[in-house]
This record gives sequence, structure tokens and C-alpha cells, in this order.
Amino acid sequence: MFFDDPVISSRMLTLLTLSFHIIYATIGVGVPLMIMIAQWVGIKKNDQHYILLARRWARGFVVTVAVGVVTGTAIALQLSLLWPNFMELAGNVIALPLFMEVFAFFFEAIFLGIYLYTWDRFEDQRKHLMLLIPVAIGAAMSAFFITTVNAFMNAPQGFEMVNGELVNVNPLAAMFNPATPTKIAHVISTAFMTSAFVLASIAAFRLVKGSNHDYHKKALFLTMKVGLVFSIATVIIGDFSGKYLAEYQPEKLAAAEWHFETEEHAPLILFGILNEEYETRYAIEIPSALSILAHGNPSREVIGLNEFPEEETPPLFIHYLFDLMVMIGMFMIGLSLFYWIGVKRNWSFIQTKPFRWLLVLGGPLSLLAIEAGWWMTEFGRQPWILRGIMTTSEAATTSDHVGIMFILFAGLYAILGIGTVVILTRMFRHHPVEKELAKQGGGAK
Amino acid sequence: MSLEIIGISVLWTFLFGYVIVASIDFGAGFFNAYSSFTGKKHILTKIIQRYLSPVWEITNVFLVFFFVGIVGFFPKTAFYYGTTLLVPVSIAIILLAIRGSYYAFETYGSKGHRGYAFMYGLSGLFLPASLSVVLTISEGGFITMVDGAPVLDYWALFTSPLTWSIVVLSVTAVLYISAVFLTWYANQAGDKHAANLLRKYALFWSLPTIITAGGIIYELRFHNEAHFEQLMNVGWMFGISFLLFIGTVWLIWKRRHYGIAFGLLVGQFAFAFYGYGISHYPYLLYPHLTIYDGFTNETMAISLIIAFLAGFLLLIPSLYLVLRLFLFDKDYVKGLSETKGGSQNE
Repeated sequence: MFFDDPVISSRMLTLLTLSFHIIYATIGVGVPLMIMIAQWVGIKKNDQHYILLARRWARGFVVTVAVGVVTGTAIALQLSLLWPNFMELAGNVIALPLFMEVFAFFFEAIFLGIYLYTWDRFEDQRKHLMLLIPVAIGAAMSAFFITTVNAFMNAPQGFEMVNGELVNVNPLAAMFNPATPTKIAHVISTAFMTSAFVLASIAAFRLVKGSNHDYHKKALFLTMKVGLVFSIATVIIGDFSGKYLAEYQPEKLAAAEWHFETEEHAPLILFGILNEEYETRYAIEIPSALSILAHGNPSREVIGLNEFPEEETPPLFIHYLFDLMVMIGMFMIGLSLFYWIGVKRNWSFIQTKPFRWLLVLGGPLSLLAIEAGWWMTEFGRQPWILRGIMTTSEAATTSDHVGIMFILFAGLYAILGIGTVVILTRMFRHHPVEKELAKQGGGAK
Repeated sequence: MSLEIIGISVLWTFLFGYVIVASIDFGAGFFNAYSSFTGKKHILTKIIQRYLSPVWEITNVFLVFFFVGIVGFFPKTAFYYGTTLLVPVSIAIILLAIRGSYYAFETYGSKGHRGYAFMYGLSGLFLPASLSVVLTISEGGFITMVDGAPVLDYWALFTSPLTWSIVVLSVTAVLYISAVFLTWYANQAGDKHAANLLRKYALFWSLPTIITAGGIIYELRFHNEAHFEQLMNVGWMFGISFLLFIGTVWLIWKRRHYGIAFGLLVGQFAFAFYGYGISHYPYLLYPHLTIYDGFTNETMAISLIIAFLAGFLLLIPSLYLVLRLFLFDKDYVKGLSETKGGSQNE
């Protein structure tokens, strides 16, 4: 049983916690911006629909924040519980952003609390909106700080190893390592993109279910527009990420692309399967595209996986995770662009049920892309926890009880996940939009 | 002062902050559940919910600060405590998670569900119990090194009277601190019934708190003599702590100056907590780890302290805003303002 091995069960438990937490973390980073935009549009256009949109999003947001807080606490502690040797070593170099992340979160939590409890305290709505600025900044900053830690694991720097001891530590150099810019940009823009599409999917769902209220149409248009902007940003950043990988972690890019031989005009491989001789079958090959992704030049050489010792290469299944992430990203750009043009040109097709179902699907798909992306980057760093310095198995705990903890946490996350869904549905079913609008006195279209 | 001392003092202060605010929170949850099962719900629930709503996330952050800080300043604690605390701390995480999320679920979702209230109240008693085990382990004698890795002896831990006294103290202290604070808070809100009931709880839990606290000092003599002797060197701190305790109880008994009573209580716990901390010096874990051999490098320590000061300058005004808007805003405390619409029930 794999539960007997502390290394494998520690990896499984971390996988479980992060996969669950990232859903809430992504929403936690992205949704404050969406609330801000809706409230701002509402104030500017003097449109109660947008104000109510902000209000309802905020109300749902608190529930996800609560679960995000507790799962965030879990992962923060599990870092030390499951990876004590890693924290003992890396704590010397990368503790600073971990520490600052707590401040950023604290800042966010305080202002979120104030924002939520002061909806009607201000004569001037704009003052209330101002309270969201620290919330959004705090959320983005905590994503920033925590992502620098992950970046550091991929491209460690800011110290020297002398006889197994860390010397000449430079915490800022460790934070601002080569992986930092692309990783942070990618994490934050995908959080905005995903949150927008998740909210869009709720609005689309209401429309599919027969509502024809302007409120939902406005919500859908707003969120799809924001989603489009950030999905385009994500593609551009993704291109930079490819160039970062080619330069600093060529083995991760090569494994994701099943690129074995170092060669010029390297093709980009989509899908397919590998046979026993490590040959690709049934794949779509785009000539020279990998060279372009890696170096921005179709004739440049891309390092292949054969250049690396076998025990230092990541598992090859990350290829599928990579494809999944990229495909969903592309699909979402196409979908939101199509929708946007459709609205501008009054296409009736975008009002049809099948198309709206596609929009509903967009939210879960975006979340799946987030998961696939994180799985790809984490498995893609294996066997290292700290690339080139410490392997995952060296870092793990020696405790025998990780397996049983896995079962306990799986139960916990199941309860929290189901609880979130039940509470959110119940919350909004008990307070339908129409009734709230009537109460606000803004019910008339 | 050396960097090591600054580091541990900052962390100890955070832990103290957590002990106070979390105790209020844990105890409030328990009294809330207890009152709903004894038919006194209508008296307490309103006052407790009004206090808890805006602060529960802030409470949690104190704890996160402490453990992120301790791994930052003393990375070796990750090795010793990380390996051995897997089970008790995982249980604490699960309880915290149930607590935090169910609180949110109940407040924003379905109101007044008894099952939730019960879980919330019960987790508030188990949490101090599971977290306080860490203090017991730090006294040494429960961890042995096997093949260079620390291993926790569960049997020794759970059969030690010290463990159980610390568990009992943590629970009684939680209920006592919480009752004293809420007495004051209810009194501020002008809710006489709630204040009277909470005053009774406060008096009821005062005696068990001081008795178990004394008992622990006595047991420490047999468990960790070195620590006990150092404890006696700062005996005056415990003396002051005891006098402050008498002061609190007297004021509560006489129904006077509840605010000052709570102030004295914070003083009582501060003297005891720092007295304990100072006498624990220099050990983070008897006898394996001191603050000197577990310390991070100088550059990291200095950057953490700078980050801490910068963060503090940012947080103090924000916290002040929260306190002014909610805890000490007369209208809010009394439930007069119509401000709670947005996020809550309508």
C-alpha cells in the first residue's frame, strides 16, 4: 500500500490539499477585482443592477474566503509537517515572503470584514468602493508572495552551499529569482480570468434556466468581457513562460513536449501517445512551433530530454496536463471572443440554449485548467523539491502516520466542498434577484 | 538584545495575542452552544454573534503568524516539531477548519442550526487541548532520536499527568478568559441579562483556572527540574499574576468596572505567560533545541524584523479601524446601527 511510504503519502496529501485550496485561492484573488468592477460600473452608470451584482458576489465570496482561509492554514502548516527537511533548509532563504504573505492576507481580511459590514454606512457609495482597493491589493499581494516561494523552488538562488550549509543568504535575490516574473504574472492573470469565467457561468446558468432578466445579461456580458481580456493576457504571459522554461528548466519543457532529441526547428506536439521506444504516435505536430515557443525563432535549437540523466527527468504524463491547460485556455479565448462579437453584432446564436450551455461549461473548465497547470508545474519539477539541491524524497517527513492523515483530510475537504456548494445554492435560492431588486427600489428595468 | 531574543519575543507576543483572542472566540462558541442546549439561547446568542462576526478571521491570522514566524526565525523547529507534531497539529487543523467554515456556513447560510452550533462549541474545547500538547512536548522527555530523526512517544505523552494538567488548564482558561471578556462586552451593550449570566460563568471558571495553573507548576518540579528552578527565579512574575487574578475576581464579584477587570485579566495572563516563556529560555525543545542553535542566518533575521515592523505599521491603523467600527462602536455593539445588511441575512 502506498500509504505505508511517508514520501508517497506526503506527496499525495500535499497534492490533495493544494488541489483543493487552489480553487478557493484562485477565486479569492480574482473575485475582489470583479466586485470592484461591478460596483464601479454601477456607480458610474447609476445602475442598481450592477450594485446588486457586487453585493451578491461579495456575499458569496465570504463563504469561499472562509474555506480558503482554513485550507490555506492547512497547507501553511503541512509545509512543515510533511516537508520538515525542506522547511529547515529553505526556511533560511525563503521565509521572508512566507511571512509577508500573512501580512498581506491579514490586511485583506481586515478590509474585507469592514467592506462587508458597511454597505449602508456611507452616504457616498464611492467611499465604500474605496474599501475594496485594499482588499484587492491584499489578495494580489498574497498571491505574489506565495508564488515567489514556488518560483524559488523551481529556480533557487540567493544563497551559496558550502559543505551542506547555506551561506551568503540574500532573501530578496531568492524572492526575485528568474522564475518569479512569469509565474506571478501567470498566476494572477489566470486567477482574474478564471474568476470572471466562473461568475459568467453562474449568470449563463440562470439564463439557461429560463430567466430573461437584464440583471443576468449584464452580469454575463461584463464577466465575459473581463474574462476575454485576461485570457488574452494569459496567452501572452504563457509565451514568456515557455521562454523562461527553455532557459532555466529545459527538462520541464522537454518533458511537457515529449521533446527527446536536441534539435533545431523543434515541432510542438499536441496529444498523442508514446510507444515503448519513446516514439510519439497519433499526435498533431506543428513544425518549428516549439522553437518559437522556446526562443521566439523557428530555427533555434531546443534542448531535448535525452541530455538529462534519467533519474533527474520529470514524469512524461505532464504532456497531457500541459495540453489540457493550453487547450482550455485557447477554447476560452475563442468562446469569449465569439460571444463578444456576437453581442456587438446582435447574433441570435449567442442567445440559444446550446451556446449558453457552453458558457456555463466555461467556469468549471477554467478551474480544471488551473488544476492542470499546477499539476503540470509541480510534477514537472520532480524529482526535485528544490531544483538541483534537494529531492522530494529527501525532504519528506519520516512519520508513519501520514496515510491516516490523508484519509482524515480527504474527509474534511469533502465536507468543506459539499458544504460550500450547499450553502451557496441555498443562499441565493432564498434571496432571488427579482425580490432583492424590488426591495432596493431598482426593480424596474 | 540579540536577534535571537528579539525574534522569540516577537513570536511569543503573537502567541500571547492568539491565546487571548482565540480564548474569547473558543469560549464564546462553547457558551453559545451550551446556552442553546439549556434554553438560555435567547439571552446569549445575540451578544456573542455580534462580537464574533467581524473578528473570527483575524483570530486565525494570529496563529498563522506565530507558526510561519517560528519556522522563519528558527528553521530547525520545522525539523523537530514538524516531524513529531504531525498528528496533534493535523487534528488541530481539522478542528480549526470545521470551526471556521461552519461558522461562515451558519452565519451566511442557515441560521440557528443546532448541529452547527454544537460542533462549533465542541471544537472550541478540543482545540486548546490539542494545541496545548505542543507546550507539553516542549518540556522534553517525550521525543527520542531514532536514526537521526525525532520520534514522539505517544504512550509517555498520554500517560503523563503533566499533559493532562496542561490540557485541563487550557480548557478552563479559555472559558474563564472568554466569560470575563463577554461579561464586559454584554455590559457595554447594555444587555443586563446576558451580563449577569456571563458574570456567573466567569466566577464559576475562575477557581478551576487558578488551581490547575498552580498544579502545573507543582508537576513541573518532577518532570523538568531545570525548568522548574528557572521558574522559581521569576517567581515574582507569578506572584503579580496571582494578585491580578484576585483583582479581576473581586471586581467581577462586586459587579464593578468590568472593563478594568478584563484589563487585569490580560495582565494576569501576560505575567504568567511571559514568566513561563522566560523560564523556558534558552530552550525551544528540551534538551534538543535552543534558540541559539536553531536560529536562522543574520540577513534573514534582520529582513524578517524589518518586514515585521513595516507590516505592523500597516496593520495597526487597520486594526484600530475595525475596533472603532465594531467592538467599541456603541451603536454597533448595542445593535442599533442598520449596517449589517449587506453581507448577512436580510
